[in-house]
Amino acid sequence: MRITSRPLIQRILVWLVLLGAALISLFPMYWLFVMALTPIGTIPPSEPYLVPSPFSFSNIARLLTSAKDYGRWAVNSIVIAVVVTLWHTIFDTMSGYAFAKRDFPGRNVLFGLILSTLMIPAQVTLVPTYVVTRQLGLLESDPLISINGFQLLSVNSLAVILPGLAAVFGVFLMRQYIQTLPSELEDAARIDGCSELQVFTNIILPLCVPAVAALSIFSFVRNWNDFLWPLIVLRKSINYTLTVGVAGLQGEFSTDYGIIFAGAALAALPMIIFFLMFQRYFIEGVRMGALKG
Amino acid sequence: MKPISKFIRQHGWSYLFILPTIATFSIFILLPVLSSLVMSFGKYTFRDGLVPITPFYKNYVDAFTTQSGVFVGAIKNTLIYSIFTVTTNIFVGLILASLIQPLGKRLQNVFRAAYYLPAVTSAVVIGMTWRYIYNGQWGLANFVLTKLGLITEPIRWISDPDIALGSVILSAMLTVPATAVVLFSAAMGAIPNEYYEAAELDGAGPIRKWWNITLPLIKSVTLYLVVLYTIASFEVFERIYTMIPSGVANATETIVTQVYQQGFVQFNYGVAAAQAFVLFVMIASVAVIQFRSLRSDVQY
Repeated sequence: MRITSRPLIQRILVWLVLLGAALISLFPMYWLFVMALTPIGTIPPSEPYLVPSPFSFSNIARLLTSAKDYGRWAVNSIVIAVVVTLWHTIFDTMSGYAFAKRDFPGRNVLFGLILSTLMIPAQVTLVPTYVVTRQLGLLESDPLISINGFQLLSVNSLAVILPGLAAVFGVFLMRQYIQTLPSELEDAARIDGCSELQVFTNIILPLCVPAVAALSIFSFVRNWNDFLWPLIVLRKSINYTLTVGVAGLQGEFSTDYGIIFAGAALAALPMIIFFLMFQRYFIEGVRMGALKG
Repeated sequence: MKPISKFIRQHGWSYLFILPTIATFSIFILLPVLSSLVMSFGKYTFRDGLVPITPFYKNYVDAFTTQSGVFVGAIKNTLIYSIFTVTTNIFVGLILASLIQPLGKRLQNVFRAAYYLPAVTSAVVIGMTWRYIYNGQWGLANFVLTKLGLITEPIRWISDPDIALGSVILSAMLTVPATAVVLFSAAMGAIPNEYYEAAELDGAGPIRKWWNITLPLIKSVTLYLVVLYTIASFEVFERIYTMIPSGVANATETIVTQVYQQGFVQFNYGVAAAQAFVLFVMIASVAVIQFRSLRSDVQY
């Protein structure tokens, strides 16, 4: 299927469609940044800007002084996403390995049980999980871990972190990947006297790097972007994640569009940079079935 | 003691390896799913706990009748949203993947990245951006349409209840389906070139080859994507919550906005649980129907 043999007009049409789709895909994001970098204050502009004129960081400066917790939200988002991601990269790999390679009583039953919940929408668990987190006192906002007076984690963050540890998609991803690895290496390592834990850390883990990379990227993005559950359990501004805080800007600064645009653009920026850096792993991860989007 | 210690020596590590997964899975998925089912047949308050109700299925009746049946409208809205967005997304994904397939590796990557980039940003940011694209006075949509001479009066995209749902749907249709492009193009890349060469010897043109070789061979991916996108569209929330935060005359209520409303604004936990189970039944039946329909006429 080489396109070069086709008539010119057909090739032009193909390019028009592909470039048009790219424009439609990227333009809303582009426009968001244009509006964030144009000083628009409280008076709505008479027509939308298509390039920042004049280019200015004043919206961002006003955002950071008016929405005082913005930096806090970013810290909360990072801490939550990092903790949940670390958990999944370690323990999903371990259980994925056990389900893929090890034979033990109850393996198929347990895996089938996990599999059967895949189709149950997350919304089904909202109410009881809310009841449990509230009864455990996780809706309180006392600080939990602080370093030199800087609060890393509040009790309320646990209300987001703990249920986040239970996502099972990583278990499937890792099981599927590890199943394709040859078993000879493990057997050889055992004969050489490796303990079971060493077999896992020295043989399996190094071979899992591509899948672990995809899993950790997706877990991070997923938790960074998570909204409905944090919206339900995070009560005080100081505990908000970026998505919850940024969505709240719309209510708090209803017509101060400059602040709202700056808030949304700044929240999107880390993921965009992250994507541009690790593009290959993102696309690989989608192929492995790690994420919908 | 002997057999137990032997059992532990043999399988201990296996259970240790799966322990964290099974523990979190049981506490935060299995248990909540089961208790959600129980709660959907009772009345829960933090003061009294769960108390029985009569008839026991009252929450399921209330789910559909409360606030003069807004949930029925929400299901209808969700289905309309789903039909339009899933069809468009799958079709656009298929076309774009087919068109980038003949390009060189580097160009393929550039286009895939351009299509994928917005998908990594939060639906919250995307919803907010569209809210202002649709702004009645200075939004991008009215500006472009006016400049093109297509409209003379500004359209009230998200404040007119008659078109608000349509505006939400349009925004989702104009989002390039990143996952579909990537998965379709992976599936197309896996088709052996010999098939196409053989068809060329028979004098088949590009359209014939696409229709007779490509399409039949990517059928299972197509089905997978249809299920994936249908489920995601049934669960639509962020886009609507941020685009039209307080709703317009229930015109943009969907199943999940109703679950949120009932559970966490009105605190009718039982009704919210019942509505969530309605969503579950819908998702399960779509998945079953779609997989059945594939199995019946699969051809390789």
